[in-house]
Amino acid sequence: MQIFSKAHVYDFMGKRYIALAISAILFFGSIFLLATKGLNYGIDFSGGTLIQIKYDTKAPLDKIREALYKDETLKNASVTEFGSEEEITIRFSGSSSNLGSDIGTSVSQLLKDTGSFEVRRVDVVGPKVGDELRQKGMMAIAMSLLGILIYVAFRFEWRFAMAAIFAEAYDVVIALGAICLFRIDVNLDILAAVLTIIGYSLNDKIIIFDRIRESINTSKNSALEMIINESVSATLSRTILTSVTTLMVVLTLFLYGGDMIHGFSLVLLVGIVGGTLSSIYIASPMLLWFKFSVEKYRAKEAEKMKAKKERERQRAMFEKGLV
Amino acid sequence: MRSAKVTYRLVIFLIALIFGIGFSMPSFLQTQGGSKINLGLDLQGGLYMLLGVETQEAIHSKIKSVASGINYYAGKEDILIDNFKIKEEHVSFELLDSDDQNKIDGMLKEIQGLDIQKDGLKYSIRLTEAEQVQTIEYAINQAVETIRNRLDQFGLAEPTVARQGKENILVELPGVKTQADEQRARELIAKAAHLQLMALDDKRQSQANSMSRAEAESYGVIIYPDVKNEQQKYAVKNIPVLDGSMLTDARVAFDQRTNAPIINFTLNAEGARIFGDFTGANVGKRLAIVLDGRVYSAPVINERIGGGSGQISGGFSVEEAHDLAIALRSGALLAPVKMLEKRSIGPSLGADSINKSMMALIGASILIVVFMVAYYGFSGVLANIALVANIFILIAVMAMFGATLTLPGMAGIVLTVGMAVDANVIINERIREFLRDGQGVALSVRKGYENAMSAIVDANLTSIITSVVLYAYGTGPVKGFAVTMSIGIAASMLTAILGTRGMFDTIMDKIEKSGNTRIWFGYKRG
Repeated sequence: MQIFSKAHVYDFMGKRYIALAISAILFFGSIFLLATKGLNYGIDFSGGTLIQIKYDTKAPLDKIREALYKDETLKNASVTEFGSEEEITIRFSGSSSNLGSDIGTSVSQLLKDTGSFEVRRVDVVGPKVGDELRQKGMMAIAMSLLGILIYVAFRFEWRFAMAAIFAEAYDVVIALGAICLFRIDVNLDILAAVLTIIGYSLNDKIIIFDRIRESINTSKNSALEMIINESVSATLSRTILTSVTTLMVVLTLFLYGGDMIHGFSLVLLVGIVGGTLSSIYIASPMLLWFKFSVEKYRAKEAEKMKAKKERERQRAMFEKGLV
Repeated sequence: MRSAKVTYRLVIFLIALIFGIGFSMPSFLQTQGGSKINLGLDLQGGLYMLLGVETQEAIHSKIKSVASGINYYAGKEDILIDNFKIKEEHVSFELLDSDDQNKIDGMLKEIQGLDIQKDGLKYSIRLTEAEQVQTIEYAINQAVETIRNRLDQFGLAEPTVARQGKENILVELPGVKTQADEQRARELIAKAAHLQLMALDDKRQSQANSMSRAEAESYGVIIYPDVKNEQQKYAVKNIPVLDGSMLTDARVAFDQRTNAPIINFTLNAEGARIFGDFTGANVGKRLAIVLDGRVYSAPVINERIGGGSGQISGGFSVEEAHDLAIALRSGALLAPVKMLEKRSIGPSLGADSINKSMMALIGASILIVVFMVAYYGFSGVLANIALVANIFILIAVMAMFGATLTLPGMAGIVLTVGMAVDANVIINERIREFLRDGQGVALSVRKGYENAMSAIVDANLTSIITSVVLYAYGTGPVKGFAVTMSIGIAASMLTAILGTRGMFDTIMDKIEKSGNTRIWFGYKRG
């Protein structure tokens, strides 16, 4: 079985302006969402309390709200269904640092007349910890981008690194836009998802870049545009296959993984599709815009080969005892 | 017929596979022998807490104990002192007789880490910067030690108590199942267990109920409430005679008359001496037994108490007395702790999470296995063998290092499964390219691997970079995710590159003889 049977070269770069227009709409749309709606920080980053309760029968939301209303600190708590009709979460911004008393206990006291239930989870995050986690999260994203920049610049060339970083930043913004759009609470697992997207979509870009690097040395064409077309076409089956297998996995996670990883897998879903597209339509054209020169790269490679040959020649002479 | 070729690649792969299966079995079967993967709290249920140490309090109590020392020494040597005060981080006093200066100076010199300011006969003492840093450091380490001791004696399964960051403590209690257990554990941790024996100030006692804090401070007394009756207050001299640091043991006993639980405590030699001296000199006066800022009893001293033991009675339940004795035995917290973060997960939620992620893992694996065979034919089978080996090795390595499997970690494994076939997809696509060009099978396979290598290595190394960053900046579950991903990537390099190639080498002759590339590579050479 195969998807792309012939060694056909598709004209990806010829359509780059259309793709770019669509990408720009998505990108600025995401920025707009972020600016207007903003990210919804979950309790991991904003601090606060989350209590998850599972009832034996359908959760009586009204009765729960009514019961909580009697308590001063729980007055403004938000009560929402979580995954199923039996399960709910109660969220509010306060957090107590007192080890002796516990919010979980007092909530179950308040709710004891609402039905038979089980407290499944109580998360309390103090404001200081939330701040720290948020800073660390930002640092994690920044540091991984920096690490990638250095690695790609070292292994390829600085323009490849810049292209990768721009495309990565694009992916992150799109993912954040989706997080915004679907009102997903930004928690530690969402951060992990964003970092996974960075890793995954970078994989994609590296594989195409690797092909471009190879094609520069082997292709008969000298126009970068043509070389990119060849390379993207040559790696197309792989790109699509891997995206499909990974998507299948993420989709199963999304559908059957339970509510705890619902947000996580949704972000990955968006990220994988976005990352695949940005590898083709953002990262590769970037090389054109950064005025990557095929001739100069070839000349440099030739120079390197010459130096290598020279070293080998000298070593051979040395081994023969001629020096 | 030519014999099958066994190359070093296959040998390494087989060794890795055997290792993987062998070492992952204890985790799969949950047998007792061998190291297993630890399940994170989010998967097995339990209590996770991040505690902050209020380090300023440690400095405060250190300076208090310096003050007690000075007070005791002055009393013993008949040195007259006036205006003895502790204010924030300073102890100040005034000598009445300049002849005593040398004695006091000599005594102070023996205590390390003091910053002494003298203005004539007026002394002002505080801790040096270095001593403050050290005190804080000590307080945190001591808190970790103390909390660990308490939880060990409490009888919970495998509590983790570890220092985290500069002044935080991480506590994980996997065994806690009910809210009542959790409550008890939290109270036990939080108990300062700061025992002080203090002299009651007879002159001020009559005003104890009406005096303001500032007023009390100016007299050098502290007002503490009674443990049972908050309205009942005691005025005690603010320099304690003794504190709990001189305690060597505390046990629950029962009062012979009332049968109520009490706690018997024993002091060390120095404490016994100070206690003996003090009781001897203060017969007829009252001694307050203060625990965590509340007076448990204030008996009249009838005679000199030697031997260094005493008792605390105060109407607790047997359970309370038991927990309190544990707290006293394991020592007072030099500084109080507060809760910065708490996550408690019920056992049923953890089980749910495991079931669901297992289902996702199995479902995803089946999908991929079927897909790979359909698309790549026999090469897909090889890739699938590599994939299964990959899962075993991942679990085995995690078990060996005692790594913790968390919910994001589970997601990480599922994702690794998705991405692990990537290397084989790249290789197979390359092989097809060469086949398409009309190359021989053996050459196509060799070239396919060679050409795919740089892309695979670069791609995996960058993934490892992000995992390392994630590990460095992540906390708890995210760290687990990073560990799983890195091990998964490393294992997939081994299985997908070495393993599949080794298998190819072994059956290459057969493939060449059959000449049917469609079965072997899912691609019909035209």
